[in-house]
Formats: sequence, structure tokens, C-alpha cells
Amino acid sequence: MNGLGTVYRKEVRENLRDRRSLFNSVLLGPILFPVLFIGLAYFASSKQQESAEKVLEVPVAGAEYAPNLVGFLEQQGVIIQSAPQDPEAAVKSQDVQVIIRIPEAFAEQWKAGKPAVVEVIADPSRRESSIPMQRVEGLLHAYGAQIGQLRLQLRGVSPTLRSPIMVKEVDLSTPQSRGMLVMIMLPYVLMITAFTGGMHLAIDSTAGEKERKSLEPLLINPVPRWQIMLGKMCATATYAFASLSLTLLAFRFAFPLLPTGALGVDLNLSAKAVGGILLAVAPVVVLAAAMLTTLAALAKSLREAQSYMGLVFMIPMIPSLIFMVNPMKPETWMMAIPMFSQNLLIGEFVRGETVSLLWLALSMGSTLLIGIGFAAVAATLFNRPSIVFSN
Amino acid sequence: MIKVTNLHKSFGKVKAVRGISFEVRDGEITGLLGPNGAGKTTTLRMLYSLLPPDEGEIRIDGLDPTRDAMAIKNTLGVVPDSRGLYTRMSARENIAYFGELHGMTSRDISSRIEELVKTLDMEDFIERRTEGFSQGQRVKVAIARAMVHRPQTVLLDEPSNGLDVMSTRALRRYILGLKNAGHSVILSTHIMQEVAALCDRIIIIANGQIAADGSAGELLEKSGCETLEDAFVRLIGSEEGLLA
Repeated sequence: MNGLGTVYRKEVRENLRDRRSLFNSVLLGPILFPVLFIGLAYFASSKQQESAEKVLEVPVAGAEYAPNLVGFLEQQGVIIQSAPQDPEAAVKSQDVQVIIRIPEAFAEQWKAGKPAVVEVIADPSRRESSIPMQRVEGLLHAYGAQIGQLRLQLRGVSPTLRSPIMVKEVDLSTPQSRGMLVMIMLPYVLMITAFTGGMHLAIDSTAGEKERKSLEPLLINPVPRWQIMLGKMCATATYAFASLSLTLLAFRFAFPLLPTGALGVDLNLSAKAVGGILLAVAPVVVLAAAMLTTLAALAKSLREAQSYMGLVFMIPMIPSLIFMVNPMKPETWMMAIPMFSQNLLIGEFVRGETVSLLWLALSMGSTLLIGIGFAAVAATLFNRPSIVFSN
Repeated sequence: MIKVTNLHKSFGKVKAVRGISFEVRDGEITGLLGPNGAGKTTTLRMLYSLLPPDEGEIRIDGLDPTRDAMAIKNTLGVVPDSRGLYTRMSARENIAYFGELHGMTSRDISSRIEELVKTLDMEDFIERRTEGFSQGQRVKVAIARAMVHRPQTVLLDEPSNGLDVMSTRALRRYILGLKNAGHSVILSTHIMQEVAALCDRIIIIANGQIAADGSAGELLEKSGCETLEDAFVRLIGSEEGLLA
């Protein structure tokens, strides 16, 4: 096993001198991702605040049919504008986000005591118009409720009679568990980091060594090839783990900087959560290192190896995407699925839940098992004579 | 002492080596001469157990490369055709890495490197990173890392490829020094002058087979030529791929 240690130490030391390798493990995960994260959160919250607090300017078509309604809106601070000729076209072309149209029949229906139709013209599939649309609808409902109450009171009926049920929410979500954006993004970012952190080293120490013609001299040394392969794999895993830990620490220090007040969430990664996440994701690092080494050993050149790495990015994405579109309640069997289980576990740790040891063991065991499988494949590839031939 | 009997190796349809047999005696320099593509590198790769032979037998000091690969690697010093160095490491670190892989202690490695620095004249660049080294400097580092564990048998695959005159002369002096120190040396080359200047025995390989085998005098006699150069050309059957 001395050979393994020698190869490992040499790869770790040599790659410390390689700027590209350091860029991949230190800069990308630990610095770029948290910065991107905080930037996006600030942008999103300021955007949200802006459209929620901005003075609402709404064109109203047919304002003359409901002067009291329009008066109410003006009282509420809405600036009433004259409506364009063709309201639908104006909304479609995004000249305006919301238009209120009061049909001619409004006064008639109103007097007859029937529900008077007021149209709100908007395109809710455009995300920026959803907030003004909600605000307009909210105001119209408030007006309707106010008038309804007055009508009942005039007839001597208590307004509470028309609310036979009062729904009261008992909210058990904690400020931590409300950090939905983080819940979705953090597992994804961490999985990616487990792969990118050691990627450069894996390619450089295998396909790169082949291309630079130093692999053949290396294999002439009296060290079994599986030890050489494993030494390189361990170096890859070390870089990936270092990158992962740095990323996690960076997030720990970045979360307090998030504009959480505006989002109504309180995010922080406790030391316990950091430890738990590291433990849960460590097997992914092994799996990633084994997969990367296998791919790099399959490739005949650096270029070919790099093109495979594009695919590697997809692997940690798939479980995160599934979870994003279809949030599920964690179940024991899910813990046997590598990468998916870590997604769930990271979520549990971030929410501050106590994670069952069975789940943790199942997730770590299944991931390690597949990692060992890939390592065995890589070892077989290293034993082929053709490993040294680059074309 | 190396004994090779009836060696065969094919890559797909290409028969690279077709029934090669020869012997290499201790304390001699044996030249494998042949044009590019004759099968020299493939033969050497089978000797240092990088490739398993399809057929035939190899014994190096009684050991079989297919079964005793680790033991053979300890007795062999190999400068293969590919001589890539680690460019982010110094010449010393490159050599020490191979010493460590041979299980040498760090004290043993550093005293051995001092010896090699002297014999190969590497004082000027031993501490420098190998990025941007000249061909001559690279070959010296490649030889030093192959010799760091004091091997008895030395295999050199086209060592003078790409070297200038000065470096070639230094290399030849070094190879003769190995012989005088009692090592057995196999030198593969396609340069006729090199074998003429260095080798005690010459094995001529063409098309994966042995065309002739003997001392310089024996080859002259066998071919009926006046000069070694003519003898090589006659024995190989063509001038193609050889350098004077």
C-alpha cells in the first residue's frame, strides 16, 4: 500500500501547484456559488418589494359606468388612467400589465342586486404582472365585501351571518423550514461541488498523464496498477471533499447576509447541520471520484475526457430536478437511491430535523457501494494494456 | 541475463512481432536495430511487462514478466519511448517520486540523486521545474528516474531521439559507463552509428522478425559487406526507416 500513498501524496501536491485545478475546487464552489446565491436573493427580494409597494397605475375602461368603484380605488391610492382603445391588445403587447374594464351592464346589474361583472384583463403567465394583478383583485374584493356588508346592515342582518366558517391556520413551519429557495438550491449546489471539486484532478492525472506520455513510465514502477488508480482516485476525492467543505462553510457565513427579513425566512446552518451534511454527502464524493476516474481512464485524450465531463454535470442535476418539480415526503426506501437520498437528507438537516441513523446509514451505504463498483471498473480499465496508448 | 524465445504479438490484424528469439548477456550492450515500425518498442514493452505476449517466453534473470511482474520491475531500469515528465515538479521531485514508488527511503533517494546528478551532469537544473526543459535535459531526467533504484538490467528505447550532438555524446559516454559498471544494457535504435559505436552485440529486427544477430564482425562476415552500414542495409533488405 506504500505505492498508493506515494501516488496520492504526489497528486495532491502537484495539483496544488496547478491554477486550473485550484480554480475548480476553491473558486467555483466555495466562492462563486454563494455570491451568485446572495446576489439572486437580493435581486428577487428587491424586485418583489418594489412591485408590492409601488403606486399602482391602472387604466380603467368604462369608468363612467361605476364612478363609486373608481372613487374607492382612487381613495386606496390607485392612479386611474384612461384605457387604451383595445385593452386586450395592450396587455398582450405588454404596454400595460393590468386593465380594469367595467361593462355597460354594470349599473343595471348593480341596481338589480345581481353580482355586477368587473373584468380584470391581465396575463398571469407573465411573472411580473402577477403582483399588480393580485393587488387589483384584492382591492376589488375589498370593495365588494364593504358594499355587501352595508347592504346586509341596511336590511337589519348581521354581516357575521354570511361567514358561517372562519378558517384559522395554525402554522407549524419554522423560520428555517420556510427557506424554500435554499432548500431546493443548496442540495443541488453541494452535489455539483462534489463532482466539480475533483474534476480537474481526475482528468489531469489520468487522461492528461496519458496524453503527456508520463503514464507509461509510471506504470513501469513496481506498484500494482489498482494502487496507482486508487491513489489518484483518493486525491480526486480529497479535492472534492475540500471543495465541498469550503462551499458549505461559505454558505454558513453567507446565509446571515441574505435579505431574509423580506422573504420572511430565517436561515442559518448550525454547526450540527454542517457536520451532518458533510457526513451525508461524503459518500457522494467517493462515488463522484470513482465515476470521474472511470470516465477519464476510458478517454483516449484530454479533450475526449473533457467532453465526457459535460455529461457528468447532468448526473447530480437529475435527482435535484425531480425533487424540484415533484416534492416528496422522505421515505425509508428513498434513502437507498444515491444522490436522491442526499437531496432529501440535506433538506432534513437544513430544516433542523433529527435524521434517523437508519436513513443516514442506508444512504451512505448504498452510495458507497456504487462508488466501489465504479472504482472496480476503473481498476479494470487501468489493467488493460491499452491504457497507455493514446490513439 | 535475458532470454527470449519465439515471441509473438499482434494488435488486431497487425502482426507487430512474429517469432523473435534472442539472448542478452550480462555486462554487454545489446543493440536492437531496425527501421521505425519494425517491432522494437513492442518487444521492449513485453520485456518490461507492459504488454503480455500472445505467444512465446521471456526470462529475465530467471523471472517471467507475465507472472513476476513486480519482481522484474525492481530489477529493470527502463527509459521507454514515452518520456513525459511532470512539468509542475522539479527534476529532483520527478526522480524522487520514482524512488518512492520503488519503496526507497528518503535518505537513500537523496544520496542516490546526488550520485546521478554527478554522473549525468544535472547540477544546473536539478531544482528547476521541468516545464520548458530541453530534450537533452528531459532525457537526463528520464534516465535518472529509471536508474534511481540501481537496476541491474537497463532497457533504453531510442534514447537519443531528438538530442543534439553534445547531448548524444554525453548519452553514449553514460551508456558505456553502465556497461563498465557491469550492467547489461539493451538499446533500441534506428540509428546505425549508434549501434556501431556502442554495441557488443547487434540484433537486427525487420518486419517483426530477426534479420540477423551477432557482433559487428560477425555481421560483416555474414553479409559479405565492407562497412557496417552496407551490412545493415543488406541484412534488412532496404534502407527505409534507418538513419546513418
